[in-house]
Amino acid sequence: MLKVMIDRLVYNLIGLPKGAIFSEAVDFFLYDTIKIFLLLIVIIFIVSIIRTFFSPEKTRAILGQKKSYVGNVLASLLGIVTPFSSCSAVPLFLGFVEAGAPLGVTFSFLVASPMINEVALVMLWGLFGFKVALLYIGSGLLVAVASGIVIGQLKVEDLVEKFDHKKPKVDIEGSVMNLKDRFDFAKGYTLDILKKIWIYVIIGIGLGAWIHGYVPADFLAKFARRGNWFAVPLATIIGIPLYSNAAGVIPLVSALTEKGVDLGTALAFMMAVTGLSLPEFLILRRVMKLKLLVIFASVVGGGIILTGYFFNYILR
Amino acid sequence: MKIEIMGMGCAKCIQLMVNAEKAVKEAGVQAEVVKVEDINRIVGYGIMITPALVVDGKVISAGKLLSAEEIGKFIVKKGL
Repeated sequence: MLKVMIDRLVYNLIGLPKGAIFSEAVDFFLYDTIKIFLLLIVIIFIVSIIRTFFSPEKTRAILGQKKSYVGNVLASLLGIVTPFSSCSAVPLFLGFVEAGAPLGVTFSFLVASPMINEVALVMLWGLFGFKVALLYIGSGLLVAVASGIVIGQLKVEDLVEKFDHKKPKVDIEGSVMNLKDRFDFAKGYTLDILKKIWIYVIIGIGLGAWIHGYVPADFLAKFARRGNWFAVPLATIIGIPLYSNAAGVIPLVSALTEKGVDLGTALAFMMAVTGLSLPEFLILRRVMKLKLLVIFASVVGGGIILTGYFFNYILR
Repeated sequence: MKIEIMGMGCAKCIQLMVNAEKAVKEAGVQAEVVKVEDINRIVGYGIMITPALVVDGKVISAGKLLSAEEIGKFIVKKGL
């Protein structure tokens, strides 16, 4: 229905010639932008409401009592509903370790929390469809659980920097929220996120529309053609420094898949963008020895690359 | 009154500091606003999401960028 309205606006009201590359790019841009913003508002609002039921303190209490395996799965799931920003990575990490969560379980959380978030979810749903969004969540969870289990097996506890601080006295005012509080929180959170990402969304979709209209269809096929074994690792490595622009990156990736990039390669790229980030590593360096950071990045990066190959293989 | 802004230096922490200073000025109360970047102290308070606001040793909020008005309301309530 939205598509029909936009078509009418572009071709009848504004009167751009039908079939011309420029008017198609405009049509594509308007349709995607409006659709994405509607989805963003609805989904972020719903996720924020769910979020009010899972405070990080509650998550810590749950994970502190869990052993490996079950703990890894729970940590990854809780990672989805806990908001994450790289500047909170250190206190979250220490908080979980302090509470007694195994290191591997803590890592599962650290991987899932930034990688599977509502913004990435909306962008994928809106631009790739529901199936790909589910695929992304599923494989993201798998990478988070597996990476945590692998790191847990490596017994790297001695690579966590020593900290001496008094045991936290946990008395954060656990105010009881009523329905109105939850709505207010969700409204504020949704606005916050939109304020932060709207410009990236518009630029991303704008560039995507341009690529859609003007870049020849087989432009990237040469580089990312099936069987080009280095496409997936390369996409993963390029994705690492691009953190925090997931909102802008996903529309670009969507346009690029039309031009010949395989879906597995695209998924690996997006997971690397969201799940592995340079600024987060710099901050985590304060609590982890460099060796542990390298292990963390290699295990997660390896998992992402395997996921990319897997989807390229089964979706061919 | 002692107001501590807990955070490791991200943009939100700096903004919270600015908001807190503004709130203190507008409320016209005697208060010291300091920024705490020491991770040991942050974790010592049981804070897991930054930026956090601590007033006289009590955690008021964590993971939320409070506006100057919101902080102001709290200061006034506490001042009475």
